[in-house]
Amino acid sequence: MSEPTPITEQAAAEAVAQAIQAITAASNSAELRAARTSFAGESSPLARMNGSLRDVPNDQKATLGKLVGQARGQVNAALAAREAEVMAAEENARLASEAVDVTAVATRWRPGARHPINLLMERMSDIFIGMGWEIAEGPELENEWFNFDAMNFDEDHPARAMQDTFFVEPLGSHLVLRTHTSPVQIRSLLDRPLPVFVVAPGRVYRTDELDPTHTPVFHQIEGLAIDRGLTMAHLRGTLEHLARSMFGETAKIRLRPNYFPFTEPSAEMDVWQPNAKGGARWVEWGGCGMVNANVLRAAGIDPDEYQGFAFGMGIERTLQFRNEMNDMRDMVEGDIRFSQQFGMVV
Amino acid sequence: MRIPVSWLREFVDVPATATAEDILAALVAVGFEEEDVHTFGVTGPVVVGQVLEFTAEPQTNGKTINWCLVDVGEAEPRGIVCGAHNFAVGDKVVVSLPGAVLPGPFPIAARKTYGHISDGMIASARELGLGEEHDGILRLAELGLDPKPGEDAATLLGLNDFAVEINVTPDRGYAFSIRGVAREYSNSTGAAFRDPALVPELQQYAFEATAAEEFPVHIDDTAPIRGRAGAFAFTTRLVRDVDANRPTPPWMVSRLTLAGIRSISLLVDITNYVMWEFGQPIHGYDFDKVTGGFVIRRAVPGEKLITLDNQTRTLAGEDLLITDDSGPIGLAGVMGGASTEMTSSTVNVLVEAGNFDPTSVARTVRRQKLPSEASKRFERGVDPLVAEPASARVVQLLVELAGGTATDIGSSYLKAALPVPIDLPDGYVAKLIGVDYSDAEIVGSLEKIGATVKAGAGALIVTPPSWRPDLTDKATLVEEVARLVGYGRIPAVLPVAPPGRGLTRSQLLRRSVSNALAAAGATEVISYPFHSRAQIDLFGSADAGTAAAMKLANPLDSETPYLRTSLIAGLMEIARRNLARGLTDLALFEVGVVFQPAAGVAYGSAALPVGNAHPGDERLAELNASIPPQPWHVASLFLGDAVAKQPALAAVPAGLADVLASVAQIAQSLAVEIRVAQGSHHALHPGRTAELWVGDRSVGFAGELLPSLAEDLDLPRVVAVAELDLSALIELGRTEVAPRPIVSMPAATQDLSLVVAEGIPAGEVLAAVIEGAGALLEDAALTDDYRGKGVEAGSKSLTFALRFRAPDRTLTAAEASEAKNGAVALAASRFGATLRE
Repeated sequence: MSEPTPITEQAAAEAVAQAIQAITAASNSAELRAARTSFAGESSPLARMNGSLRDVPNDQKATLGKLVGQARGQVNAALAAREAEVMAAEENARLASEAVDVTAVATRWRPGARHPINLLMERMSDIFIGMGWEIAEGPELENEWFNFDAMNFDEDHPARAMQDTFFVEPLGSHLVLRTHTSPVQIRSLLDRPLPVFVVAPGRVYRTDELDPTHTPVFHQIEGLAIDRGLTMAHLRGTLEHLARSMFGETAKIRLRPNYFPFTEPSAEMDVWQPNAKGGARWVEWGGCGMVNANVLRAAGIDPDEYQGFAFGMGIERTLQFRNEMNDMRDMVEGDIRFSQQFGMVV
Repeated sequence: MRIPVSWLREFVDVPATATAEDILAALVAVGFEEEDVHTFGVTGPVVVGQVLEFTAEPQTNGKTINWCLVDVGEAEPRGIVCGAHNFAVGDKVVVSLPGAVLPGPFPIAARKTYGHISDGMIASARELGLGEEHDGILRLAELGLDPKPGEDAATLLGLNDFAVEINVTPDRGYAFSIRGVAREYSNSTGAAFRDPALVPELQQYAFEATAAEEFPVHIDDTAPIRGRAGAFAFTTRLVRDVDANRPTPPWMVSRLTLAGIRSISLLVDITNYVMWEFGQPIHGYDFDKVTGGFVIRRAVPGEKLITLDNQTRTLAGEDLLITDDSGPIGLAGVMGGASTEMTSSTVNVLVEAGNFDPTSVARTVRRQKLPSEASKRFERGVDPLVAEPASARVVQLLVELAGGTATDIGSSYLKAALPVPIDLPDGYVAKLIGVDYSDAEIVGSLEKIGATVKAGAGALIVTPPSWRPDLTDKATLVEEVARLVGYGRIPAVLPVAPPGRGLTRSQLLRRSVSNALAAAGATEVISYPFHSRAQIDLFGSADAGTAAAMKLANPLDSETPYLRTSLIAGLMEIARRNLARGLTDLALFEVGVVFQPAAGVAYGSAALPVGNAHPGDERLAELNASIPPQPWHVASLFLGDAVAKQPALAAVPAGLADVLASVAQIAQSLAVEIRVAQGSHHALHPGRTAELWVGDRSVGFAGELLPSLAEDLDLPRVVAVAELDLSALIELGRTEVAPRPIVSMPAATQDLSLVVAEGIPAGEVLAAVIEGAGALLEDAALTDDYRGKGVEAGSKSLTFALRFRAPDRTLTAAEASEAKNGAVALAASRFGATLRE
């Protein structure tokens, strides 16, 4: 048991002065911790004075107690104030030390990309989904009946030879890589209840060598609407809606007479592309027409009761004029620099 | 089809001011796509010159040039250097004066050459764009011309004419003629049309069958194709005493040249000219080489014919022939035979204008690979009634241009199925097009195209003209009305579809998987599905050996005739292309169909049902079964660095981890749980191959390529690939989620280290831990795999971080430990695992 520490005003003031000097001098949290131990710890002068209060006569207890209490309060306040300062300084120093060049932060992620052909097919499909149409699909390796016969291509019609078809061995097996998405038309009519409003996006094949404007493997999107009372005016309305959705409100459609075995009347469609880089222009976009009665008959549908329209366009061609691309080969080679220009949005 | 405009003007009034663009626009409006404009490319002063005198001057380079004085109709003759020698003083020639431009373009200027100023150029036929003749200059006398010096030679030779080129769709065979195009120009513009078949002068050359001496022609078709006899019409006419050596007149050469037909000789040129004008292919026989009369019959299989192109053709039983007593002398409607060919010594010409079954001609063309201008027309349908007037036109030209004498010898046969009347119900045009056309518009349009229209009960009765075999039902008539009134009249009306159901599950999930892989850093590619046998064998099946694959009969590249059974080879091909372009860090993926025939199954159909009727459910099922399975797959490929070297970050090479991560991304995006198990594949690294499972169904594989294989294919040593059956995953994925309530009671976490034999897959131990720990376990993850000091050789220590939670109370340490002990017990019983202290 140590000697009782005398409690005097002077001693208290000295203890406080020493403590504040040490606290003020502390420049970091370690020094401040040391100062706390020395001047506010259990063996600090003020703590000892506090301990001595036990031995003080009762009539002085209140006065001296208040004296010691105030002194300790001053020290604690100084500690708290200094602690806040030191902590702030230390946090600032730490933040300063953690600064990085945000333009050169390493990343474990790398950007991927969708293929713009698929993105464009999805975009065009969604326009029709928005109108209540559905997406129909069919096999790429197809029986000729679906690809040709049911689409009103006569066995000997020159249109059938002009299609440049890939045939599968053995030759008489009547299997082909589909030359267009049109077999999905007949499949939809056979499988779905009427009325039918579908678009068929997908991959098709022709025996063209790869060059800037041809590829043997390419994509089309084809539309088919069969109901009571559909007319060529509905065809134009649908195409204009598609054109506006894709090329802006001032886009429009022009129809020119043409020939396809599966439509009658048939038309070639041009689209007015108001925002083309080189100035607004007409661009050949695809083919369309009123579905030939023989196609409906092939699906067991009475052409005097139901009628409708069909249309189709190439996705590569659409991407080519929409995005001002000269060379189709970039779309098929798989060079990652091509798709990465599009990223996730076409 | 090229249409020289001077020719068009003969049969329809084209305004004098009409440009090529105007004419094309008029034709586009009625459905003929514009292709091109053709000119001779001759401009400026090109005049007739007469050679007054010339001096031959040998040159040091061994050539001799002629220094000529040429009268070009000016006050003074011009001095012109000429390298040719095929002329004499007094010859009339074509001189292009300075300022003229010849095809090339080849601008003419006065220039110094061989010591003279040559003040123009004497042109050859080739230099004028009039043919291939370039052995010497063009002497106008050779063309039968004797114009005055200074006259405009361009006009004289038809070099100012031009042609428009249009695309003719397969249904409009009649437009492969000036006659047909003139009619359409008239339909479009309203300009007056004069039918060349009805030109009055032709009457005097018409064949009067009753008064004539019959050239014997016997039609003997014992094997009609699809019930149709091969010859619909066949006429012959004999013209005697032609001069085969007369020049073809310049106007005809010019027109043929612009039409894209090479001028060959007067007799041949006349047949081609009439074909272009009438759309009626003409064949001329040297009559003196014909023995006896004609028999038109099918070939005896194996029979031979030498055609005009000097090819020996082996004939099939379906080939329709023109024969005489010597045997076959022509493939009907396709090409004549060499033995009766017209030559420069031909004196008597037998003119044939036939009309043959389109199907028969088309099949012969395909079989003999012998398309011709004639067959192109017959395949699309030639007006059977034009054979007679076209034949008369040939006779007229042989008389007028070749000095021949028309005879009464000939023959005429016509047994064609002419277009039958079609009922066009009242209101049907409006019903199909959505435009209320007036009666006058409907009747007027149909009459314009040459149809006769009669009023019937509730319908018009429309008989199409003989040149429109394509008009077969009411819809084809509707197109004619809509086309001639103009498609511009059709309004835009948006139809209302019944409510749709959005994307199907498969469509939605395919997008989901593609978006997930791209968002995670892979680049989507679309590869060609044409593979070599080696490529098929590599990934067609997990075992080495020949996988079944579909093979193309006519591949673009004979090395790659197979249809892919896997996506990996396509990704490898694309990886190689990127590598070759210096792109060395790759993460690729593809979503696409593969073609997977079952081994030993013969796909396809021997015969097909007709196209214009429902084949019946049974037949339809057969057609559907004739196609091999074509499931969707998804595949990914990684090589190079997965993480590039960056400041304070070392490069991370791509490998199995990346490709398994892509498998996890696929699983996540499809809501399917994919289990990874040690696997094997003949093309993959034996120790780095995973087989991928959903439940007990194998759905794909992931792994690193066999390094030796990668090296053989010029790929880096480490190439990680994965391929999954996407269709199966979509089918197996969960369709709905019943989420557990989220519990907020405190968790108890514990680590667990188990020692097991090295060969035991950690994933299986983890599965045992999860199963053994029971319901209180919320999550478990492998955090360490330690081998070495403190662990017996041949064993490994696997550490798992376990998180326990009870739904209704704070777990005690004892409860958590008890659950953990359950995990230890199961791992011990299953794999002999011991707790590592």
